Amino acid sequence: MMNIVSYAECSARDRLARIVDPGSFHEWLPPAQRLTSPHLAQLGVPSAFDDGVAIGRAMLAGRTVFVAAQEGEFMGGGVGEVHGAKLVGLLRRALRDKPDAVLLLAESGGVRLHEANAGLIAVSEVMRALLDVRAAGIPVVVLIGGANGCFGGMGIVARCADRIVMSDMGRLAMSGPEVIEASHGVDEFDSRDRALVWRTTGGKHRFLTGDCDVLVEDDVEAFRAAAIASLDASSPITLDLLEAEHTLLAARLQLLPESTEGDDAVALWGRLGVADAASVTHLDVDAVRALRPH
Amino acid sequence: MSDISPGLETLDYSFTGQRPAGAFAPVLVGVVGSGNLEVLLEPASGTDCTIHIETSARGFGPIWEAVARDFHQRHPLAGLHVSINDMGATPAVVSLRLDQAISELP
Amino acid sequence: MDRMNWNTKAINRADRLARAQHALGSQLVGKLVATAAVRTLLEATLEPGDRVCLEGNNQKQADFLAQALNQVDPQRVHGLHMVQSVLALPEHLDIFENGIASRLDFSFSGPQGARLAKLVSANRIEIGAIHTYLELFARYFVDLTPKVALIAAHAADAEGNLYTGPNTEDTPAIVEATAFSGGIVIAQVNELVDGKTTTLPRIDIPAGWVNFVVQAPRPNFIEPLFTRDPAQISEIQVLMAMMAIKGIYAEYGVQRLNHGIGFDTAAIELLLPTYGESLGLKGKICKHWALNPHPALIPAIEAGWVESVHSFGSELGMEDYIRARSDVFFTGPDGSLRSNRAFCQAAGHYACDLFIGSTLQIDLDGNSSTATLGRIAGFGGAPNMGADARGRRHASPAWLKAGREARAGRTGASGTPRGQKLVVQMVETFREHMQPAFVERLDAWTLQEQAGMELPPIMIYGEDVTHILTEEGIANLLLCRSDAEREQAIRGVAGYTAVGLARDRRMVENLRDRGVIQRPEDLGVDPRQATRNLLAARSMRDLVRASHGLYNPPKRFRNW
Repeated sequence: MMNIVSYAECSARDRLARIVDPGSFHEWLPPAQRLTSPHLAQLGVPSAFDDGVAIGRAMLAGRTVFVAAQEGEFMGGGVGEVHGAKLVGLLRRALRDKPDAVLLLAESGGVRLHEANAGLIAVSEVMRALLDVRAAGIPVVVLIGGANGCFGGMGIVARCADRIVMSDMGRLAMSGPEVIEASHGVDEFDSRDRALVWRTTGGKHRFLTGDCDVLVEDDVEAFRAAAIASLDASSPITLDLLEAEHTLLAARLQLLPESTEGDDAVALWGRLGVADAASVTHLDVDAVRALRPH
Repeated sequence: MSDISPGLETLDYSFTGQRPAGAFAPVLVGVVGSGNLEVLLEPASGTDCTIHIETSARGFGPIWEAVARDFHQRHPLAGLHVSINDMGATPAVVSLRLDQAISELP
Repeated sequence: MDRMNWNTKAINRADRLARAQHALGSQLVGKLVATAAVRTLLEATLEPGDRVCLEGNNQKQADFLAQALNQVDPQRVHGLHMVQSVLALPEHLDIFENGIASRLDFSFSGPQGARLAKLVSANRIEIGAIHTYLELFARYFVDLTPKVALIAAHAADAEGNLYTGPNTEDTPAIVEATAFSGGIVIAQVNELVDGKTTTLPRIDIPAGWVNFVVQAPRPNFIEPLFTRDPAQISEIQVLMAMMAIKGIYAEYGVQRLNHGIGFDTAAIELLLPTYGESLGLKGKICKHWALNPHPALIPAIEAGWVESVHSFGSELGMEDYIRARSDVFFTGPDGSLRSNRAFCQAAGHYACDLFIGSTLQIDLDGNSSTATLGRIAGFGGAPNMGADARGRRHASPAWLKAGREARAGRTGASGTPRGQKLVVQMVETFREHMQPAFVERLDAWTLQEQAGMELPPIMIYGEDVTHILTEEGIANLLLCRSDAEREQAIRGVAGYTAVGLARDRRMVENLRDRGVIQRPEDLGVDPRQATRNLLAARSMRDLVRASHGLYNPPKRFRNW
């Protein structure tokens, strides 16, 4: 326990430094350049020198990758104008320089609402830029394992990528738990029932349903290994791939009836063919990996 | 304790340093989260140690001044610029981050 | 009292029981009362002006009986004098608003503190006194004896034997006082066993002490109050925990102790197997605990630091772990925990060499209080745990050393050699929203005026505080020989608060030279080593892993 470095515990910069080859990270638009948000000060909110994301070039197992790491503690990792522009710039440069992969260490609540339309536009530009990189055959690999998860527009961004690696502590969704509770009531979704939140948005669930590709322990070494294994995982979007995805989603929608006895997630896993679905929440990552239906 | 007008509070302090900080690549420690702060150290010309603070916790000038003075007493560096983005960290955390930043200087 | 008859209590009890039998009819079978008839039971057994103990413990609550008490007809039942440990539920105060109860003696009211203050100022409630737990139990046997006790147990059998299980808490003390002074004991239970297909795991309260049992429609309310998520422990708390271990536990050789609940003490518990181990302290400190089953103690237990833990109550999620560690915890032959608040408080008072806990405010005399304006909350067990045990006679190295430090150079009565309990107040100089923990005048004084109390509500008196520990260092009050020294010792660790900034720098330097104040560097503690990586567990899941899957945290703590 003491030797494992928790991915969730690390700051974005720590994670980044530990995942890439030691000392290989070269940062673009570093903090000293003070490319900060043009919006936050007038709201009385402090800025961050890097607007909450570090971007640059690094080596991963000796191969060149571009990498971005979002700091979940700053504004919940929300994407603002500058933050988004840094991500877009990184992705556009990838089109030009053609690294072996683009790594996105995502931890974000989505659009930084303080920046309103500028944030929304930024996220949509990130989506477009990411899809361009993917189409060019450069794998975009998203790592999700921070305490804040990957939500909102960034959740959508993640699902546009070639590959998603999650720890069981990570979460991936569009709407956040509090938003679901506020919209549909506490009986429908109690956001304080954290076990429920993780059953519906956590890494194990996403892995079993196929929404993420790789499930790892909350361990930077495990994330590094998964990133290395993803270096050749390019899967450009084709019509076939899209149609297969639609078929899968349509089938999944049919799997659950209107109301289930007991927990929805457990019911869904069972119907997807996961053996002993009720025990999933207690199992460790190795055991859950073995349960994924093929 | 803090006044009601909106916006960040900006504070600046300057001390005459003794030991030159020398040349170094900028050092960043900390994260701007609730109760937290980030500290950026950069080399500067001259013999001063200057500290620039932007904080959302308004009205604590005298405490910042005491913290800054004690910091300089511990590390009387010259030719150093310290920049801080703060979101309500306690003086204990501020002092800790400043010392952490200094410990990363070559 | 009737001096012609000396058995009026027995007659009165018989009258009440007969009334109940008559009113309940077929809804009473043996001692078992039908759930739907609980209100009838209370109206029959209670009389106006009765002293009633409604089991509001720290963790478990007789919530069904509290709700039922709120339903009684105030014409029939009114003017009750409530004596109870904790006011936790809204119903505990509703009975005062509904004209059923009028007077209150208690120990702690945390969740209801603000509402209690409002009721006091509106003259809807008369407070007798605020007590520490053991003090209140003591008065149950002297001048606050309950006439009727409304208690919570886990299960009952047909005779009325009760199993209170892991959360036994205050029940034995309450029932003993009530049953043996002509009172009536009514228990709500989660389960009934028939004695044939199922039996009680063990008998905690014998049937002879119980008059009525009623099954509640829902399991009784219990809160996990002693669980602290390691993910929330800060670096500053790690730093302070390092100083506590090196500067106090190691220094005095503290083998027997109690931790007041908090993230600060959770950090200490989580640093024992790592930082404590690196200092070679295993076996030299922290063997015996008066402590609830803190999940944060699991790594230290697993690493072999802990020989025994006696508990005030249990903690949700820890049941299986406790069963599997019966060498450490007090468990019955059935395997489940046996807790007992009265005995654990006594243990903390007389058999522990150290108490350490946090607080909200400390003044220049070292008086500490969590009392704040607009809330009447009381202090629970802290005044007892944080008091020197002047009746103690057995020696231990820590107790003797503290006593010598306090008495060195003194003569006369205050110089008579004796030991002293280490009472440590551990607090960051600023709380949330930059509220200073160090003040010239405690809010307690203002609260005294507002609420018309005899004394300002002080949790731990400065005279009993031996050390104050902040992120700036440790002030050893045992070594202070004047009010001025004590004041500067406190200012000297009060950081950048107004109290701290107003220190006499020369005096503080002098105190530091004498070792009255010790900074982290004086203790050999490097603040840069104070990172969360030093914690033996940094998340709830780490705790579950450390327990080999035996610890099962309540839903609100899961994040995987």
